[in-house]
Amino acid sequence: MNLDEILKDAEREFGAVTSLPILDQVKARFLGKSGAITEQMKGLGALPAEERKAAGARINLVKGQVEALLQARREAIQAAELERQLAAESLDVTLPGRGEGVGGLHPVTRTLARIEQLFASIGFAVADGPEIETDFYNFTALNIPENHPARAMHDTFYLESGHLLRTHTSPVQVHYMQNHQPPIRIIAPGRVYRVDSDATHSPMFHQVEGLCVDEQVSFANLKGVVQDFLQRFFERDDLRVRFRPSFFPFTEPSAEMDMSWGDGWLEIGGCGMVHPNVLSHVGIDTERFQGFAFGLGVERLAMLRYGVDDLRLFFENDLRFLKQFA
Amino acid sequence: MQFSEAWLRSLVNPNLTTEQLGHVLTMAGLEVEAIKPVAAAFTRVVVGEILAAEKHPDADRLQVCQVDVGEGVPLTIVCGAPNARAGLKTACARVGAELPGIQIKQAKVRNVESFGMLCSAKELGMAEAADGIMELPADAPVGAQLRDWLNLNDRLFTLKLTPNRGDCLSLAGIAREVAALTAMPLNAVDSSPVPAALMDVHPVAIDAQAACPRYCGRVIRGVDTRAATPRWMVERLERSGLRAIHPVVDVTNYVLLELGQPMHAFDLARLQGGVLVRMANAGEKLDLLNEQTIELREDALVIADESGALALAGIMGGAASAVGNATCDLFLEAAHFAPDAIAGRARAYALSTDSSHRFERGVDPELPRLAMERATRLILDICGGQCGPVVETGSGVSERGAIPFRPERVRRVLGFDLVDAAMADILSRLGMKVAAAEVGFLATPPSYRFDLAREVDLIEEIARVHGYDAIPAIALCDERAMLPLGEGERPEREIKNLLVARGYQEIITYSFISSELDLAFRDEGGSIPLLNPIASQMGVMRGGLMGGLVQTLRHNLNHGQERVRVFEAGRVFSSADAEGQPLRIAALVYGANRPEQWGEPARGADFFDLRADLEALLYPLSAQFVAAEHLALHPGQCARIELGGQRLGWLGSLHPRLVQKFGFAKAPVLFELDLLPLTSRDAPRYRGMPRFPAVRRDIAVVVDEGVRVGDILACVKASKPAIVADLALFDVYQGQGVDAGKKSLAFKVLLQHTEKTLTDSEIDVAVQDVVNILNNNFNASLRG
Repeated sequence: MNLDEILKDAEREFGAVTSLPILDQVKARFLGKSGAITEQMKGLGALPAEERKAAGARINLVKGQVEALLQARREAIQAAELERQLAAESLDVTLPGRGEGVGGLHPVTRTLARIEQLFASIGFAVADGPEIETDFYNFTALNIPENHPARAMHDTFYLESGHLLRTHTSPVQVHYMQNHQPPIRIIAPGRVYRVDSDATHSPMFHQVEGLCVDEQVSFANLKGVVQDFLQRFFERDDLRVRFRPSFFPFTEPSAEMDMSWGDGWLEIGGCGMVHPNVLSHVGIDTERFQGFAFGLGVERLAMLRYGVDDLRLFFENDLRFLKQFA
Repeated sequence: MQFSEAWLRSLVNPNLTTEQLGHVLTMAGLEVEAIKPVAAAFTRVVVGEILAAEKHPDADRLQVCQVDVGEGVPLTIVCGAPNARAGLKTACARVGAELPGIQIKQAKVRNVESFGMLCSAKELGMAEAADGIMELPADAPVGAQLRDWLNLNDRLFTLKLTPNRGDCLSLAGIAREVAALTAMPLNAVDSSPVPAALMDVHPVAIDAQAACPRYCGRVIRGVDTRAATPRWMVERLERSGLRAIHPVVDVTNYVLLELGQPMHAFDLARLQGGVLVRMANAGEKLDLLNEQTIELREDALVIADESGALALAGIMGGAASAVGNATCDLFLEAAHFAPDAIAGRARAYALSTDSSHRFERGVDPELPRLAMERATRLILDICGGQCGPVVETGSGVSERGAIPFRPERVRRVLGFDLVDAAMADILSRLGMKVAAAEVGFLATPPSYRFDLAREVDLIEEIARVHGYDAIPAIALCDERAMLPLGEGERPEREIKNLLVARGYQEIITYSFISSELDLAFRDEGGSIPLLNPIASQMGVMRGGLMGGLVQTLRHNLNHGQERVRVFEAGRVFSSADAEGQPLRIAALVYGANRPEQWGEPARGADFFDLRADLEALLYPLSAQFVAAEHLALHPGQCARIELGGQRLGWLGSLHPRLVQKFGFAKAPVLFELDLLPLTSRDAPRYRGMPRFPAVRRDIAVVVDEGVRVGDILACVKASKPAIVADLALFDVYQGQGVDAGKKSLAFKVLLQHTEKTLTDSEIDVAVQDVVNILNNNFNASLRG
């Protein structure tokens, strides 16, 4: 067989193969120990010395061409096999995913988280206190003595033991200041309780108390912090905040905070400069230190933020409602 | 407090619109809750007199009235009101009149031509409801415009006053405030002395000087109680929400509204001996004006005579000595009662009166004499009669002390600049005497300002009158250290988010539940009932969180949910001290293990699914699960969870008894844990990585089915060879090939040496050691 025929045979036989193992078998017929090319090489020894070099070169040339054919065929087969695998493994990617879904936080928790984050960014830590309180912490220490008309403003739940359910988060101020010296910057979120129940009042709701005590903390700072907070909370720089003189026994001067909403004003909470009597009660020097406190209604903020129109929805725990806040 | 704008403007009349006036009051801390016109807008309504009223020929319920409107020829008007009758003066809307929603035209009513309409108070926007057409007094001038004659171009202001501003519970007080805020002159109420025409005095003695430091009394004889209260007074009373009832009572009510001094008129003939102001005797009875009989407590101040208590001082008079239609002679009282002596007392008898409301907040001690003169003049004008001298008894009220006041302090507290003189001016406008002192000023508050006692009270006044709006909003200046951030601390929200990521929805339920529900779930302490719950199903403080979860499950199953995964974090209550109100977190699963989906067989969520979530919550802490009993959980499917030997909480399926009671198709699985131990862990610390490969060997053993895997794992862990790094269960099997009463457990044994590669013989020895431990302690045999 001459070299040209070998090359032709190789081209034809490789071309007929469609799988890699068979290609290897066919390869042996040309390049194996007794393959056609190898046989040609073995025949070189029989040639006269002066022809041997040229004949060897021709054989090597053909050998290289056969190897190239082999490689080309191998790649073609691999490509075809990958093509087949890909076609076989194709999925309906529009099928839904499997596994557990995700739940969600209660909108009040969401709102509280937002409040806590905003205040943390200006250095307010979170403090906590009990919900069953004594008369002392809920009233007396906050400058609301027995028989004070302000007590009538708090419709209080009482227990047989004489304890009560805290009517506001302000008692946390007292607990905290009993254990910490100024400078103080805290917020105290939590549940509070009032004997009241209708579409706009719930016997249990959430407040966030804020307290900031230091040497130079002023009413102007109170305005600055509250205004900043409300604008950030609602993500509206054009939101206007109005402070209206009011009365709380534990702050003086006291103010109601109103926020512009639609065409009017909405009451959003109470605030003021911590009353010196409250500071004195916990042994803070009122000549050196002063501060502000505020209380915000969390459900009120959540209702405005999310467009909820009935307070009672927050505590019905209907999943059709709660799932909307994931 | 409600009052007529016109009345206020008779005392001070700033050049402001009604809305501007309202704004000034609100922004000074006297919140205007509402401003309402006393009547709707209407035109061409006049006083008419019905001359004749005859039944309509074609309609039973209608009358044909001849109405004189002062034009000579009466108008024929068809009217359906039952009270339309000859002689009645009423409101007549003439043809062309515009009423709210109606235009009056000449019209045929059942074939009778009608030239106008007779109006009810409701139709004119003067009342919420009306029985018939208006009944005007007999002296109403026929033909006069109703609007003018009844002063209907007036508005009602409703103020929501804070408890510190008792001084504004009167027209004079509000006027005084408006004058200060707007720098307008104040028209004084005439309270000049009325000279005594009689020598009569009625003796008064005071046993409780601190509670009653001033008592003014006066005898007035010969009053005519049939006299009519004048229309202007009735109008002002009504516009303040009071009805005219008796000329003398109307006067005392009027003075209360006008000056803020509560007064009381006794029927002199019904007093037995002198008046004594004293504390009540325990158990003493008093019949009050409101027909209620109360048993007095010793802390109640009373006005008494020889027969006993006559009136609850500063709160309400008694029935026995009250003025009535037969009263001829009066003993008039205007006293000062200390706020402390009245505060809380009305509430103790479930009373709340205009009088107690004022005395609790503080009434100007200088008022009794002025009010006495004012009331005397009004009574004599209306009812006639003659008065005796005013007799004042009591130790008197001490002068108000001056309050030291430092402008520097004001600037520091308020955080903005205001010159000293501006501050002094504000205080002066508020009726304070301001004098220069060594440091700042000395300011003496007026007698009516009970709320001004110390420097900070004056700071508030400066801020209020200067205007909160005028104070700048300034960010906090920051030279603070960073907040501490313990890496081992895990905030509650992170724990919640972990559950959220595992498919749980957070809920918030009331902290009070029904006693029955509490008892079904409470695991420690006794129930804590509320004395005054909103409803019995919110009667006690919850002792645990499971009750709220189960109620929420029921609500949602009733609303079409089939798969529920919820959790709540909050306090539970076993006692009133702080330790008795721990924070807990609890979760409930019900229904399928996974949301309904393709390609995976559906299976109900069970104990072990919830356990995996619970363990994820605890990770990297590792809790012990001890078989135990909880009253609300299935006794065979309940574990007490312990952390370092301390009880952390419970995990289990709801007890079949409760499953049935709540009507669930299957049992929800719940856990409840103390939250605090979950909020702190150790910060991570790198320990190096093993340098030699680990080897895994699997073993399967057969044990009695009662043997607990947890016990096996704990036992092996305690006594295993050092090179056994881990033993983990991967299969539990019962059935073919395993004898009844037995179970096969398959474990993965992980072996590792920190210093070298293990040899086969070392591995075999260690695995055999584990098998021996299992054999010795649990009678386990290797499965073939």
